Amino acid sequence: MTTRALEAARNGAAAAPATGHARMKRRAGRWALRGLAGLVFFFIFIPVIFVLWISLFQQQIVSFPPEGYTLRWYENAFARSEFRHGFGLSLQVAFIAMVIGVTSGAAGAYAIVRFRFPGREAFNTLLLGPLVVPGIVAGTSLYVYYIMVENLLDVDFRGTLHGLVLGHILLTIPWTVRLVSASLVGLDRAVEEAAMNLGAGPWTTFRRITLPMMRPGLVAASLFSFIQSFENLELTLLLVGPGRTTLPVAMLNYLEFRIDPTIAAVASVQIVLIGALMLITDRFVKLSRIV
Amino acid sequence: MSELILDRLRKEYGSFVAVDDVSLRVEEGELVALLGPSGCGKTTTLRMIAGFIEPTAGRITIGGRDVTWDPPYRRDTGMVFQSYALFPHMTVAQNVAFGLEMRKVPRAEAETRVRRALDLVRLGHLAARLPRQLSGGQQQRVALARALVVNPGVFLLDEPLSNLDAKLRLEVRVEIRELQKRLGLTTVFVTHDQEEALTLADRLVVMDHGVVQQVGTPEELYESPANLFVAGFIGRSNVLRGRLAERGRFISKGGLALAVPADGMAPGEAALALRPERIGVAPGASDGGVVGRVALVTYLGAATEYRVTLDGGETITASVPTPRPGDPLKLVSAGDAVTLTWPAESCRLLAPGPGATPDEGGL
Repeated sequence: MTTRALEAARNGAAAAPATGHARMKRRAGRWALRGLAGLVFFFIFIPVIFVLWISLFQQQIVSFPPEGYTLRWYENAFARSEFRHGFGLSLQVAFIAMVIGVTSGAAGAYAIVRFRFPGREAFNTLLLGPLVVPGIVAGTSLYVYYIMVENLLDVDFRGTLHGLVLGHILLTIPWTVRLVSASLVGLDRAVEEAAMNLGAGPWTTFRRITLPMMRPGLVAASLFSFIQSFENLELTLLLVGPGRTTLPVAMLNYLEFRIDPTIAAVASVQIVLIGALMLITDRFVKLSRIV
Repeated sequence: MSELILDRLRKEYGSFVAVDDVSLRVEEGELVALLGPSGCGKTTTLRMIAGFIEPTAGRITIGGRDVTWDPPYRRDTGMVFQSYALFPHMTVAQNVAFGLEMRKVPRAEAETRVRRALDLVRLGHLAARLPRQLSGGQQQRVALARALVVNPGVFLLDEPLSNLDAKLRLEVRVEIRELQKRLGLTTVFVTHDQEEALTLADRLVVMDHGVVQQVGTPEELYESPANLFVAGFIGRSNVLRGRLAERGRFISKGGLALAVPADGMAPGEAALALRPERIGVAPGASDGGVVGRVALVTYLGAATEYRVTLDGGETITASVPTPRPGDPLKLVSAGDAVTLTWPAESCRLLAPGPGATPDEGGL
C-alpha cells in the first residue's frame, strides 16, 4: 500500500464517525424544533378547546370530570335577549367600523407610502397610535371627549350607535394602515408605469392596476378590523349605554351574577364565527402570505 | 413608426447632473443602443423619452411632435421593462389587450390584434394563463407583445435581457432583433452589456457620467474609439501612456518607441490603444518586433492569450488563435521570451485625459 492510500484510508476512518455525529446532531435539532412548535400550538389551542368542551358540560358549576353532556347552555344563550341583541349590535358595529375604517385607513396608507409631505412620519405614528394606548385609557378619554362634544354641539354621543362606531373605527385604523402599507410597499411601480405607457391616465391606472394589486392587503385589513371591533371589550365598556350592549360587554355583565357554561357556549359561537371568517378569507387571499 | 430626436436633453438632481445635454437622432426603423456602466444616465434618458422623468432642460420630439412635457400616457411609446411589469391580476391576453382597450379599439379588432401579437411571440397557446404561471422567457415575450400590439411610434427596451439566463438571453436577443427589423420599429435599447449592444444595434451611444462619449456603428466604435473610455468599454484594449514625439512616432513611458499612424493628433502627451487580437506572437526574441517575457498564458479554447511584460515594465496582452500541436508557439510558457508584432495602423492614438480603463497598462 502506498503512503497516499494509507493516508486516504486513515482520513476515511476518521471522517466517517464525524459525519455520523453531525447527522445525529442535525436530527436532534430538528426534533427539538418540532417539539417546541408542538408545545406552542398546544398552549395556543388548549384554551379554545377547553371553551368548546366546557360549553357542552352537563353540570352548572364547572368541574372535572364532566357529569354528562348537554346542549342546553346553547339553548340558554340563544334564549337570552342580551346575548341575541349583543350579537346583532356587535355585528352591526363591526361591519360599519370596518367599512369606514378600512376605506380611510387605506387612503392614509396610500398617502404615507406614495407621497412625501412634511409631517409624514408623525402622521404614520399617529395612525398606529391606537395600538399603543390601552383600551381602558382610550375608552375613558373618548368618554370625556364625548361629554365635551355633547355640551358643545348638543348631540348625543355616549351610549349611541354612532358614538360606538366612531370609537371602534379607532381600533381598525392601525391594522389597516400596517397591512395596506405593506402591500403597497411590495408593489412594483413599473407595473403602474407600464399601464401609463399603454395609455392609461392616473385614475384609470389606480382603478385598473393599483387597486386590484392592493386587494390582498385590503382583504386582510378588513378581516382584522372586523375581528378587532367584534371582540373589543375594554374600549367598548365605556361607550355602551342602557339597552345597547355589544356581545363581549353582555358576556361580562352575565359573568357578574353567575358562572355557568352559558358563557362558554356564547364564546364557542364567537370562535366558530371568526374561525369561519378566516377560513373563507383564506380561500380568496392567502393570509399567511400577507400577515 | 417615427423618428425620435433628443435635443440637448438634460436632467439634474440638485447639483448632480444625471444626463448632461444629450442630443441624438434615431431614424425611422433604426435600433440604437444606449450603452454604459450603471449610473451613466442611460436609464434616466430612456425614462425621459417614456415620460416617467421630467427633463431639467432640452427637447424630445417623436415623429415631428414635441412631447417633452406630455405625460407618459399621451406619448406614442411602447416600453418593455427590466422586470417585465406584467399586470399580475390579468391573463396574458388581457395584458396584451390593455393598450388597445385604452385606445378604445373596437372589441373584434382588438381580439384579432391580440391574437396576432401573441402569435408573433409564439405564445398564442398561453393566452388564458396568468403571468405567474409563465417562465421568465415567456413573461418577457408577453411584455414584448403588450408593447408592440399598439404599434408604438417608438419602441423602448430597458435592459430586457438582464433577468434571463445566458442561453435564453441569446435566443430572445435574436428574436427581438428579428421582430424589430420585420416591423421596422424605431427602437431605443438600454443595456450595460457591450456584447449585447454590439450584436443588436444599428448604432451605439456610449455614455459615461451622463455624457455621450461616442455615437457610431458597432464597427466605428470598435475600430476607432473616440477616447480611452470607449476603447476600454467596447471590446478590450491595451493602453500605453507616453507622448507623441513627432507625427508617426510614439514613445511610451517605459521607453518603447513605436510607429503609429501619422494622421490626427499633434505631438505631445498621448495614450495609445491597441486591441489584443491585432497583435501577433512569435517565440523567442528577434528584431522587427517588441520583445518581452510571457507572464501568463490563458487558454480560451479558440484563442489563447499571452500576457507579456516588456523590458520597460509595461504589460501587453495579445490574443492569437490557439496554436496547433507542433507549432513552436505551443511550447511557449510563462518566463519565455516572445516577440510581439502588429501593423502600425492598428494603433489608435487618443487624448491622455481621464476616462482611463480599469485595466490600464495591460487590460
